[in-house]
Amino acid sequence: MEMSLWWPFLFRWLHILSGVMWIGLLWYFNFVQTPSMPKIPDEQKPAIGKVIAPTALFWFRWGAMATIVTGIILAGFLHYFPQVIWLDLGPANNHQYMPIGFGMWLGTIMWFNVWFIIWPNQKKALGIVNATADEKKRAARIAGLTSRTNTMLSIPMLYCMAAQSHGVI
Amino acid sequence: MKNPLDSLGKTVFLGFVLTAVIAVFMHVVK
Repeated sequence: MEMSLWWPFLFRWLHILSGVMWIGLLWYFNFVQTPSMPKIPDEQKPAIGKVIAPTALFWFRWGAMATIVTGIILAGFLHYFPQVIWLDLGPANNHQYMPIGFGMWLGTIMWFNVWFIIWPNQKKALGIVNATADEKKRAARIAGLTSRTNTMLSIPMLYCMAAQSHGVI
Repeated sequence: MKNPLDSLGKTVFLGFVLTAVIAVFMHVVK
């Protein structure tokens, strides 16, 4: 393999690794942890809230950061930034980058949600920063709904990512 | 009214609906 092809491949591989870390933990929160909480006895709940959730959130948000950074580097190597920003919709375009355009926008919205909505609200909900009981309740609700939004968006996002690389439109 | 995202099943269903909308759009515009 030519070195000029190996570098984009390296970043594609790192992008997939970090994306699995991010979306894997997103699905852990939504498919496992949140539905299990009501079934856990109150005296055992701190094991989740104080130990498991903060560790999972650490890898979750930094997985999201690594995914977007490696994705931007990969898009730079592949020279399709101008097309994907506008979903490759211009009249002179042949729309070949539309799937990755949708995928990148969905992924970017999800990354924004992680860092600017979920994480600040989880810090309040888990007691990492000071908050009143009402603020904690409201923060948990916002973080939970935003996490569910990202779970919903992850389904078309992964369709678009795979569609670009495997020739499906 | 209850938010549909409170239900995991409805969240996944909406994800598939959104996927179908985007897939059909890409197919039509191609």
